[in-house]
Amino acid sequence: MAIMEVVKLTKRFGGLAAVNNVSFDVHEGEILSVIGPNGAGKSTLFKLISSFLPATSGKVVFRGEDITSQKPHVVARKGVIRTFQETTIFRDMTVLDNVVVAHHLHSKASLIGFFLGTRVARDDEAGFRRSAEEIIDFLGIGQMRDEAAKNLPHGHLRALGMAMGMAAAPKILLLDEPFAGMNAEETESALGMVRGIRGRGITVLLVEHDMPAVMKVSDRIVVLNFGEMIAEGAPSEIQENEAVIEAYLGREDEELGI
Amino acid sequence: MTRNRKITLAAVAIALYLIGVPWLCAGRNYYLGVVTTASGLAVICAGVWLIFYIGRINIGQGAFALIGGYAAAIAVTKWGLSFWIAMPFAGLASMLVGMLIGLPLLRLKGVYFSMITLSLTETARLAAQSLKAVTNGPNGILNIPLPGELSIFGVTVIPDFATLNKHRALFYLGAVLLVVTYAVIHRVVNSRLGWLFRSLQQNEDLASSFGVNVPMLRVIAFAICTFFAGVGGAFFVVMQQSIYPATFAVQDSTYFLLYCFIGGLGFVFGPLVGTFILYMGFEVLQGFKEYQPLLYALLMIGVMLWLPNGLLSIRLPKFLPPKTPSRPASGGDI
Repeated sequence: MAIMEVVKLTKRFGGLAAVNNVSFDVHEGEILSVIGPNGAGKSTLFKLISSFLPATSGKVVFRGEDITSQKPHVVARKGVIRTFQETTIFRDMTVLDNVVVAHHLHSKASLIGFFLGTRVARDDEAGFRRSAEEIIDFLGIGQMRDEAAKNLPHGHLRALGMAMGMAAAPKILLLDEPFAGMNAEETESALGMVRGIRGRGITVLLVEHDMPAVMKVSDRIVVLNFGEMIAEGAPSEIQENEAVIEAYLGREDEELGI
Repeated sequence: MTRNRKITLAAVAIALYLIGVPWLCAGRNYYLGVVTTASGLAVICAGVWLIFYIGRINIGQGAFALIGGYAAAIAVTKWGLSFWIAMPFAGLASMLVGMLIGLPLLRLKGVYFSMITLSLTETARLAAQSLKAVTNGPNGILNIPLPGELSIFGVTVIPDFATLNKHRALFYLGAVLLVVTYAVIHRVVNSRLGWLFRSLQQNEDLASSFGVNVPMLRVIAFAICTFFAGVGGAFFVVMQQSIYPATFAVQDSTYFLLYCFIGGLGFVFGPLVGTFILYMGFEVLQGFKEYQPLLYALLMIGVMLWLPNGLLSIRLPKFLPPKTPSRPASGGDI
């Protein structure tokens, strides 16, 4: 069943169509990857889906509801949560506090309630803390809980980003290049995390460069080139696809980890 | 520090202030007035600090203090309201204007927001000067009466200030405002609201990605900020019993920034410490008064270079536990 439908989504910057007429479905419970060479429009597509950028035309439908170009926090409240590329975290907070704050969506207390420290607010707080501890243990960064986030090594930062995404308990988690800049070992553990997140019933849509990693983890793959969708299918189909090979390699078949 | 110890410490500090200052200044009304002024400034400054806390720089606090001041003056002299109603009214009036201006203004980031707030104080002054029908123009509003009696169901809660030692009564009014203001700010910062404000300071996109309504929170912070400015403005009006368009000038707006810097942007009590030290320091060094802007400028540069987290970041290792980057003491960069 499709949890999200991307319908003829288009984004133009002046005369340039960064994303042009792209349509695909995301099925509930799958790991779907969007790949493509540099400048293919992956990041733009990612921002369109998470509503950090308004679409020129087309729409994104999430569980039957049009969420195109709504405010990011509104989309987040519906269960569409994104992570960021690189090291977007609250640098000066501890690892645990980062994840606690990311539970914001689940507060039952009002802002006045926070201020007065009502019972509901305190219960929220304690619950978030327990849940945050559980999540960072799950992703293997539990031992760093009291470390300032800015001091974490690269691989752990990604894990923290994912932990914050999970804290929001999304229906669908959008991961922006979760394996970029990782060595083989870090990638391997990040792959485990992504599978673990899906194992909890969260649909995962990821945008990524790292082909071998994508091939290992994805159920289905969507390939973009020059803003257009050129292929869609299971990893084995994508590996064989002429158009994809051409987009990545030009005419000549050279080495590439696919 | 444990919670109980903190409460005890706060209670002792408040008691010392309430008893010690009038005792030290007995018969020296001028100095008592200096402390009273500093407490009023610290109330206004608390708002500026809160805006630092969400990652913006508000150089327009003087405008909102002026609005509050005029609101109180008009409510008391023209409408004949009691000061005890006029003061919260002034806070609300200033807050209302703040929210109206803030809605579009707070979309701007970094230096753009600061630039516009910088012009607000001058705009407010010019408006006060030209709206003669409301503000009496450059002549100001004079002879504003002292706070009258406040009674609830016939029981006198606060006696008429005219029957009391005026200087002492105003000191206590300032002290109460000071304590309430900083209690509120402290509570805000240490509640979840504080976490959300800190998340804005650090990364607004990230905050919105997990569902934080960033524009609304910014306006809430600005509403709190401008409310304090309004109440502080009203306090100055009743203290000086007059208000002019130049009662709060651009210079005052920038001094508030300096007070926050000196005390420390990461500390709730930073603006309080900064205001008292700088304002009272200059009152003591009367002879340097004409060089005040120059010295303030040098001080600001010096603090940014050598003490970026303010005076409160200095720790005496013997007496206090080392600073941990826990709740109230985070933040810092803007």
